[in-house]
Amino acid sequence: MIKNITNLGDAALYCDFGQEVNRATNLNVINFFNNLRDKNFSEITNISPSYNKLIISFDLNLTNFEKIKKKILNLELKKLNNKINKNVKIPVCCNEKYSIDSKRLETKLKISFEKILENFFSKDYFCYMTGFIAGMPFLGDINQEIRLNRLETPRVKVPKGSIGITEQFCNIYTFESPGGWNIIGNTPVNIFNKENSKNPALINPGDKVNFYKISIDEYKGWNERK
Amino acid sequence: MNTKDGMKENNFEVIRPGINTTYQDFGRKNLYHIGVPFSGAMDNRNYLISNKLVNNKMNSAVIEFAYQGPMLKFNGESTIFAITGDVNFNIKRKKNSILEKGNSYQTYNLKNGDEIDILSTNRSVYGYLAISGNIDVKLFGNSCSTNTKAKIGSNDGEKIKKGDKIFFSNLSNKTQIKKLNYINTKIEQIRVIRGTNYNYFSKESKNIFFRNEFNVTKLTDRMGMRLEGNKIKNIVDTNIKSEGLIKGTIQIPADGNPIIMLSDHGTIGGYPKIGVVISADYDKLVQIVPGSKIKFKEVSLSDAEKLYKFYNLETQNILNQIS
Repeated sequence: MIKNITNLGDAALYCDFGQEVNRATNLNVINFFNNLRDKNFSEITNISPSYNKLIISFDLNLTNFEKIKKKILNLELKKLNNKINKNVKIPVCCNEKYSIDSKRLETKLKISFEKILENFFSKDYFCYMTGFIAGMPFLGDINQEIRLNRLETPRVKVPKGSIGITEQFCNIYTFESPGGWNIIGNTPVNIFNKENSKNPALINPGDKVNFYKISIDEYKGWNERK
Repeated sequence: MNTKDGMKENNFEVIRPGINTTYQDFGRKNLYHIGVPFSGAMDNRNYLISNKLVNNKMNSAVIEFAYQGPMLKFNGESTIFAITGDVNFNIKRKKNSILEKGNSYQTYNLKNGDEIDILSTNRSVYGYLAISGNIDVKLFGNSCSTNTKAKIGSNDGEKIKKGDKIFFSNLSNKTQIKKLNYINTKIEQIRVIRGTNYNYFSKESKNIFFRNEFNVTKLTDRMGMRLEGNKIKNIVDTNIKSEGLIKGTIQIPADGNPIIMLSDHGTIGGYPKIGVVISADYDKLVQIVPGSKIKFKEVSLSDAEKLYKFYNLETQNILNQIS
């Protein structure tokens, strides 16, 4: 559970759940996050879960570090995970038009792109956190054989919908954005939908994601089909 | 355009949009975990004063502009407006074509065909225009704040463009003309609490951080403020495991130049955090123009809390002067 609480500035709590990035630590973070959301404390203005940290921002007009720290330390945790988290299926088109880093991956990993994709699509991924840009999920863990560093020079513009991999993680660029992950394909699904005001992000921390391959024709017809 | 009862629809016609003109309010809460920042008016005090002057609710939408503001033509029933911040602006009256020089912190009436020309902010960045009534805005996460990165909030997440129309409802010209004597003070030093990775930096670099001046560069916007100066040397690791950010956080990337996260910041970051700007100094921080020099001063958490209480009390006193 929480190993240490310090202040981050004068209006946030910085909760450390341990040094390692693994599912067990992250599940503790997410469970704590879900419990806090469930409580809906009015003085808390934001909660940011990440791999192994939880940052809790609060309204300095209503409370302060010591008071909110006490509240957090006395929080009784319930097991909520199963109710809240879901499985999400994401179609991906890996046509060369979208897999803009296929050559780099083949060269660096010394595996054919086909095999890389086979490996990538062979398992489900877990959402450790969402953020940086709106709705971007940080998913893991990809198999050892297809792990690779970021690009030496990040791209100024990664197209919206791009699926990127780096180290043990994969992500989805929910908007066109600068970025340095290795792009293997693109999804036609809108991952951040502002019209869905209750839950605009399709993938939330703790969710499971299953990627599956679609053809370029399926990709092009995707948004007309519905 | 006429409504069915023959009344003119009330609006501003955007003749010139200005550099970065957006709709803002208090901002949106509880969405960091899906990557949506707080946003909201950059300078909260000046935002509050603008609404109070025109007798609006304190969380009403206003028009925020930076550097050069918009030029707007008003069509509709008469109303009242006020501009806050250090702003140079003129009002061109339709009635006699006379150009009237405007003063910040003072309300003016506005009649059909009048134009407001917001020329510039004066040695500061942000200014606010409030209208007595409601701006018709679209909410996302209970806030109208335009976030151009996530394309959310009013105007489909876009800055105000030339030719746009800004619509109003419930305009009122009932409030009396008000004037507030207020001067935006500048601060010499930005007060900071040590960050969670303070000890990632060499002793000399910690000294540099709190003793030397930094230049505010042009790469500064609603997302962040990039600084340049003596490089801050990292002796542990130039990256941390990606984690949450809050506004005011000062990160040091591998190049040794500090970046301060501002209201539209990315919600996750992987650079070490050397410090966090205290809440009491945020409004003044965002008003510092590129090309200026800033210096940081370390304060304790308990001092930061006291300073915020004091700042808040001061804001309340200013608002109370507006009857």
